[in-house]
Amino acid sequence: MIQAATVETTEIPALKRLLRRSQRRQQVTAIALVAPLLVFLLLTYIGPIGALLSRGILDPEVPSVLPRTTAALATWDGRELPPEVAFAALVADMREARSAGTLAAAATRLNYDINGFRSLMFSTARRLPAEIDSARDTLIGIDPKWGERETWAAIRRASGPVGDFYLLAALDLRRDADGNIVAAPEDQAIFIDVIARTFLISGVVTALCLVLGYPVAYVLATLPARSAGLLMIFVLLPFWTSLLVRTAAWVVVLQREGIVNSLLLGIGIIEQPLEMIFNRFAVYVAMTHILLPFMILPLYSVMKGIPAVHLRAAASLGAPPFTVFRRVYLPQTLPGIGAGCLLVFIQALGYYITPALVGGAEDQMISYLIAFYASRTINWGMAAALSILLLAATLVLCAVYGRLVGFGRVRPG
Amino acid sequence: MRMTPPEPDMSKLRHVLAQLRGVRKTYDGETLVVKDLDLDIFDGEFLTLLGPSGSGKTTTLMMLAGFETPTAGQIMLAGRDLARVPPHRRDIGVVFQNYALFPHMTVAENIAFPLSVRGVPRSDIAVRVARALDTVRLSGFGERRPAQLSGGQQQRVALARALVFEPKLVLMDEPLGALDKQLREEMQLEIRRLHERLGITIVYVTHDQAEALTMSDRIAVFHRGVIQQIDTPAAVYEQPRNAFVASFIGESNRLAGVVEAIDGAHCRVRLDDGTPILARPIDVGTGDATSVLLRPERITLADPSDPDGSSARNRLAAEIREVIYLGDHTRLRVSLAGRHDCAIKLPAGRRNPVPLPGMRVEAVFEAADCLAFRPE
Ligand SMILES: Nc1ncnc2c1ncn2[C@@H]1O[C@H](COP(=O)(O)OP(=O)(O)OP(=O)(O)O)[C@@H](O)[C@H]1O
Ligand SMILES: [Mg+2]
Repeated sequence: MIQAATVETTEIPALKRLLRRSQRRQQVTAIALVAPLLVFLLLTYIGPIGALLSRGILDPEVPSVLPRTTAALATWDGRELPPEVAFAALVADMREARSAGTLAAAATRLNYDINGFRSLMFSTARRLPAEIDSARDTLIGIDPKWGERETWAAIRRASGPVGDFYLLAALDLRRDADGNIVAAPEDQAIFIDVIARTFLISGVVTALCLVLGYPVAYVLATLPARSAGLLMIFVLLPFWTSLLVRTAAWVVVLQREGIVNSLLLGIGIIEQPLEMIFNRFAVYVAMTHILLPFMILPLYSVMKGIPAVHLRAAASLGAPPFTVFRRVYLPQTLPGIGAGCLLVFIQALGYYITPALVGGAEDQMISYLIAFYASRTINWGMAAALSILLLAATLVLCAVYGRLVGFGRVRPG
Repeated sequence: MRMTPPEPDMSKLRHVLAQLRGVRKTYDGETLVVKDLDLDIFDGEFLTLLGPSGSGKTTTLMMLAGFETPTAGQIMLAGRDLARVPPHRRDIGVVFQNYALFPHMTVAENIAFPLSVRGVPRSDIAVRVARALDTVRLSGFGERRPAQLSGGQQQRVALARALVFEPKLVLMDEPLGALDKQLREEMQLEIRRLHERLGITIVYVTHDQAEALTMSDRIAVFHRGVIQQIDTPAAVYEQPRNAFVASFIGESNRLAGVVEAIDGAHCRVRLDDGTPILARPIDVGTGDATSVLLRPERITLADPSDPDGSSARNRLAAEIREVIYLGDHTRLRVSLAGRHDCAIKLPAGRRNPVPLPGMRVEAVFEAADCLAFRPE
């Protein structure tokens, strides 16, 4: 007995080693199988997106165009005007940048912070005399703005190489001359509004999808296979036409001379055509229509897994129909509700084309601004900062879902 | 089989709890799944509906529970017509084959469910749930999820849940169908024990005849939507009313022939190979074709050279083809009256002659054990 036991104990380390070795082999196999996709994603997706998003926190223009100035301002306490060296550095940087043609980049970046900075930079650079005694007097002489602390604080705020300027701006915040975070001036504070509107529209659309989709998913899940298949085709139909076509179709349906108005006028229910397009109503209708399948499918998949006998059991135990629904059916569909709402809400957050086509000016969502900054004003920093906000909201929602429901509970249909 | 002797006529002794009168059911408007069912369920009895697949057992049970409506006829429970009573107001406990436990509730919450939907106060619920768990010997499992229990434990939870609100009538549709043999037998005893202890009425569906025989006070044999016979287990086995019941319950040898004459309790049957035997006529008349059923354990062997002269006894030449030793008994396959697959069960013990394949013997059996039925 004792002998046998000692043999066993001495064998344990060897056993563990063997186990580890076999596990390592499995891991290597798993990694090898996933690697091609991982590389592909890295190259085509994660890389470019990371590069784009990094623009939201990088602030490279000013330090590269005005290197001496940013160095001189690094030790400035910000309480009074910077020392003479800083003025001299700016003059040197401006001369060099003007001849290299790089001044515009820095001027544009500083103009984001203070309106008019661009022209200040260009006019100052143009009017710099060849010989200078005191850089400070010369600059203030060209434009008294150089005698203001705020002007220099803006340059220091932009001295990068990383900074929170764009992220704060996306939240309608900015730093003042002392470096404190304060609310942006009224006329520039547009982002919180749009963000709130984005969440509101997404929330309403998600709720509409849930209310409309839940009964449909229930019918689909309880119908005999043949009729369920037919109904499923109708549910999936929207997937087979392009988003643009579906959105344009809503314009046809809802416009002043559209189908709905002609019909209502024809029957005589209304005298004047209803305003149903280029407003919030149209955005809700079109987005709900387009996103409905994303609610129905996960609900259906979860409902399909609930045995009908549960409902009978609950009734036999004395529960009236609504109690059966509330206490037995609904709780078991929660993972589907969670998944459906998550899918719809996250997609809705990023919607761009549909509100742009059927909504009015007051119905545009955050993606509209992202597109605006990326393609119209080429302000990559702002576009990226707004994208970061959108991504962060999405990740938080996913995390909440994972914590509350768990991803393992939704089976593919 | 149970040791209690069969009670004579229970309908005279017991109070009727539920009644089905002329109940019919069709799903498609063409075939009747249940045809003119008349059934009395006595208070406190253990009634088993036994029958082959598709014979209408589940349908009958679901009409009682209220999940299917009878196409015609009337169902009464404790003197009340159930036609307009929805399932949740019938106060009938139902145990389903796959337990139907709610996966999002703990075991205790599952058992508390029927109480909480009835508005029983919280403190009472806790006490009654604890007692129910104790009854099915699952104390300490209350906080588990159904998925964390074995099949047998899940079935016990389902039982506790169907019993905790003290229904007068409990329906069970093949509740042990998903369990392995050993667990089944254990649970059969458990359900019997609960039945005796709680004094409830149980209608139990199974297509396992051994289960029906061990557990029931009465068995209703279903076939094609009709109750063929309803009787105690012993009566169903010993005095089947027709060929279906006789062949469905227990094992029997079938010998085809024609009834030549009937003389009181006996009849003379000429088997297809010309052998005459004496049998007991059940539902046949003179000149009818008949199917004679004979249980394997009712046949004994005799040495052909040792005649024995009871008039009621049949003696037929037979040849042993196969001998299977099974410990407590020996099974023989013999050729008898032109058939080559007749079974004989011999109880264990020293016997003369020792059966061996190829041996020519005489099969001896009483006329009273040969039941002559109209063929199915
Ligand atoms: N919902 C239904 N719709 C149509 N036909 C049904 C339905 N339920 C049962 N049937 C049919 O009714 C007949 C009887 O079914 P039932 O379920 O009562 O049989 P059973 O005796 O319980 O059989 P099993 O032992 O296989 O459970 C079968 O032929 C079945 O196909
Ligand atoms: Mg059945």
